[in-house]
Amino acid sequence: MRDFVPQFKHEIAAEPGGENIKLCFACGICTASCPIREIDDRYNPRKIIRMIILGMKDRVLRSDFIWYCSTCYACTDRCPQGVKFTDVMTAVKNLAVKEGFIHPAFKQQIATLGKFGRLYDIDEFDNKKRTALGLPEVGKTKGLMRKILEITGLNRIVSGAGKAD
Amino acid sequence: MRFAVYSGCTVLGRARNYEMASRAVARAMGIEFIDIDRFECCGFPLKSVNHEAFMMTAAANIFAAEMCDVDICTLCSACTSSLTEVNKYMEENFNAKARMISTLRRQCVEYRMGRSIRVKHFVKILHEDIGIEHIRTLVKRDLAGLRFAAHYGCHYLRPAEIYANAEDPEHPFSLDELIRVTGAETIDYEQKLRCCGAGVLAISEELAYSIARPKLRELSAQKADAIVLMCPFCSVMFDDNQRKIEQKFDEEYNMPVLYYPQVLGLALGIDERSLGLRMNRVPTRDLLQRIPEGEGENGK
Repeated sequence: MRDFVPQFKHEIAAEPGGENIKLCFACGICTASCPIREIDDRYNPRKIIRMIILGMKDRVLRSDFIWYCSTCYACTDRCPQGVKFTDVMTAVKNLAVKEGFIHPAFKQQIATLGKFGRLYDIDEFDNKKRTALGLPEVGKTKGLMRKILEITGLNRIVSGAGKAD
Repeated sequence: MRFAVYSGCTVLGRARNYEMASRAVARAMGIEFIDIDRFECCGFPLKSVNHEAFMMTAAANIFAAEMCDVDICTLCSACTSSLTEVNKYMEENFNAKARMISTLRRQCVEYRMGRSIRVKHFVKILHEDIGIEHIRTLVKRDLAGLRFAAHYGCHYLRPAEIYANAEDPEHPFSLDELIRVTGAETIDYEQKLRCCGAGVLAISEELAYSIARPKLRELSAQKADAIVLMCPFCSVMFDDNQRKIEQKFDEEYNMPVLYYPQVLGLALGIDERSLGLRMNRVPTRDLLQRIPEGEGENGK
């Protein structure tokens, strides 16, 4: 119990998307609706909410399973209390990143976005193919994404500098 | 009817067939697609990592459309939900919008205040702005005899609270109606509302394949002629990865996966090449041979 952080739920509630976490009355419709939980028991929305409310900060933020949400929003649409669990998970993941935990797949995606402004590099070869198919050419990135990554400090995560804050 | 077409990353990177079919169908419907050079990622991949970066990225695209005074037509469902969510947020929180504008302006991003714009998925535009009855008058080839399974995916419907005129996500109907107007039949199936799994493909392939599997199994057992969908993520899952899912579970589905504009395009008499039908991963040849010649000049 020593590792429990009682204010963890307030930290989550202060993140965008986490506002409604304290409304949960543990009915479990989120868990019953979750396509991920159906396959992998380690991802259990009701349990994650309980862990947050109990203050198990480290266990939640360090775990791999928080990155499993497929963002299907089935839990959000069915929740009778308006907890918006998909958005709660956004808050959890955002907080995890601030604390220095990020899934490598997301790190990779951010690096790609910074470079190309998109998740794919549409290069000259692609544009030739596009022209042959009658599709308009796609221009190079204007560099806005790189600036946004700088403003928000995400660029430091990609460069391996560790924590975002 | 004019829209700025928003392709997003996945369509440009992996779904030229969808883009081709959408542009061909838009042309046939009298929808003018405008290409905006400044459109980049919608912000969806950033949402999990940093909410502020997500908002700003989505907003930058919306601002680009506002400057051109044109509504956005999205092709990808994930882009649809990202842009819709942030657009709605900015409509309700003007101060937050003004803050983002000034932040982006400091980064030398040009912005002139325009009217607020709408964000709408192409399939939703076909259903609501063009309308089933009008489409019916344009159909040249009857697709009767084909049985399609509508796959709505998640973000086209959910979260329902962000969408104007949202369908009940438990009982969606727009895609079924749009398929039936071509003469094809739609299948009612148990796994209809199930997520495709692509959302976790980058995190765990095994998990993603396991989520996709029940739908492929059920539709293969029901002998559906194809899955019909309108999100490039879902197609990456069901079409691009179908072979891998078959291998992993030692099963065989042979389930063609079509983008809805490809289906409508066929019914409109547009030729297969313009619809990119040879670029779908699971072969569509057998399926196409079963479609009768149309009355139209483009009947091929």
